[in-house]
Amino acid sequence: MIAQSRLEPSRRAQGLIGVVLTGFCSALAAGLLIMLLGYVIVQGWGAINPAFLTQLPRPVGVSGGGVANGIVGSAIIIGLATLMAIPIGGLTGVYLAVYGRGLGAEFIRFLAEVLGGIPSIAVGLFAYTILVQPFSHFSGFSAAFAFTVLMLPLMVRTSEEAIRGVPIAIREGALALGLPDYGSIIHVVLPAARPLIVTGLLLAIARITGETAPLLFTAFGSQFWEVNPGNPMAELSLQIFTYAISPYDDWHRQAWGGALILILAVLVLNVGARIAISRRPRRS
Amino acid sequence: MTLGQAIADRFFRFALRGATALFVLIIAGLFIELVHGSWQAITTFGPKFLITSEWNPVTGKFGALPFIYGTVVSSAIAIIVASVVGILAAVFLAEFAPPVIARPVSFLIELLAAIPSVVFGLWGLFVLAPILASTVDPFLQRFFGFLPIFSGAIYGIGLLTAGLLLALMIVPTVAAISRDLIVAVPNELREASYALGATRWETVTRVVLPAARAGIIGACVLALGRALGETIAATMVIGNRPAISISLFAPSYTLSSVIANEFTEATSAIYLSSLLALGLILFVISIIVNGSARLLMWSMLQRTRAR
Repeated sequence: MIAQSRLEPSRRAQGLIGVVLTGFCSALAAGLLIMLLGYVIVQGWGAINPAFLTQLPRPVGVSGGGVANGIVGSAIIIGLATLMAIPIGGLTGVYLAVYGRGLGAEFIRFLAEVLGGIPSIAVGLFAYTILVQPFSHFSGFSAAFAFTVLMLPLMVRTSEEAIRGVPIAIREGALALGLPDYGSIIHVVLPAARPLIVTGLLLAIARITGETAPLLFTAFGSQFWEVNPGNPMAELSLQIFTYAISPYDDWHRQAWGGALILILAVLVLNVGARIAISRRPRRS
Repeated sequence: MTLGQAIADRFFRFALRGATALFVLIIAGLFIELVHGSWQAITTFGPKFLITSEWNPVTGKFGALPFIYGTVVSSAIAIIVASVVGILAAVFLAEFAPPVIARPVSFLIELLAAIPSVVFGLWGLFVLAPILASTVDPFLQRFFGFLPIFSGAIYGIGLLTAGLLLALMIVPTVAAISRDLIVAVPNELREASYALGATRWETVTRVVLPAARAGIIGACVLALGRALGETIAATMVIGNRPAISISLFAPSYTLSSVIANEFTEATSAIYLSSLLALGLILFVISIIVNGSARLLMWSMLQRTRAR
């Protein structure tokens, strides 16, 4: 306390200003988030009703209707993307974790790191040039492919880290008991790494849920029921975008409703990821 | 090992290699397809494409400059605002706030990162833009109107709005990573600084932040990469006008939003190719930015390990 009393007032003031300034910045970021969330909840809640969730969009100028086809379309596209990303991303992660030594593996790792931040619109262009242009036909499948590419870097990194997190002794034990290489990985290492892999998967799904840019020229959107991914499909976030930039009040209202559903979905995925990670076995 | 096991083992390794090869192939394909698609624009316009500002689908003349300008300026606003707010918030959460405040606020800020960009865009268009148009922009113009960047008509949507919305979107990236880096600074450094008589604030600004500097810069560059590539939110609030104007209130256009708006309407081959070339520019910029961010953070990790 002697030091405290000798402190020059200017230095003490500096410290105080520092705390106030940094506290203000935290409050600003958190406050804006609460404001945004609150606004979406208030506006969105007013728009959500049974018709909104179960009906098709109405033609321009007719009020009412819903986004049921968009919700179903999102589920199909995201589901397909997940089905494709799990084997490619998961197995690449296993390969890097188990056999990944040397310059080649280091390069693949760097690729996954750098491509985690790739603009989604560029991925959309890629999906367009290889899956839409050759067939002259927009499709839900091309959107699912774009989402797969967006999920892959994250999946590769998280599954590699998850498997590296399993102590090598566990795998050596399995090998010593006579299990072959693949057996030790499939039956021993993967189950131990599962909670972290699931976390990574849920976060990857959360990342593409609400991704809109690549859909503009892959899924394209649709006013009708479409469950065949070979055709242009409606998608919830795409509908939000279209409704938001339209000049109709009723569509603006529906955009807020869609935004609330989207936020809830992302929230559930993130909470799920946190729960999955907390299931991780404690290491002694 | 039995024969069956040997075969299964072979197959398993084959599957692993196959998946990895597929992953690399997809990434390579992405780059090749973008180059291939934009080849016509590259050969027609050459390097001039980057420095001309005409964008006329009717005459078939295309130049990327207005979009590069819009992307660079909106991202610059975003990264300046976001790095100041994000780093200061990280300092507060890591050094000053008691856990009872730090934990929920950190959680909230991390949640901010999970909100889909289309929701940010919606909010930006209907809430942020009107607020800026009615209060913040006129204020800036009244007191700083002598600066050319704050002159001209106020529309609500434009470069400044897009920059601020992008800032809000990337603040969590800066804040969350910086906070982790600050927490990771060894306590001995702080204790040594206190022992020399420094206050907490002096310790933070002169010891802790310099120690985490490389990583924090890496976090900011990473966030910059996100702002550069962000499409939907920027498209909704930037005004979508392919013109270069010095005023931050003026509507503008980014590389990604012109692709989003015009790609499905592109009628001629050269138009489509020019849009793909914009995508290629965006891709290359983001690889450079993300790559350098990773290298910065990696170099910091190496140094802390060496200690």
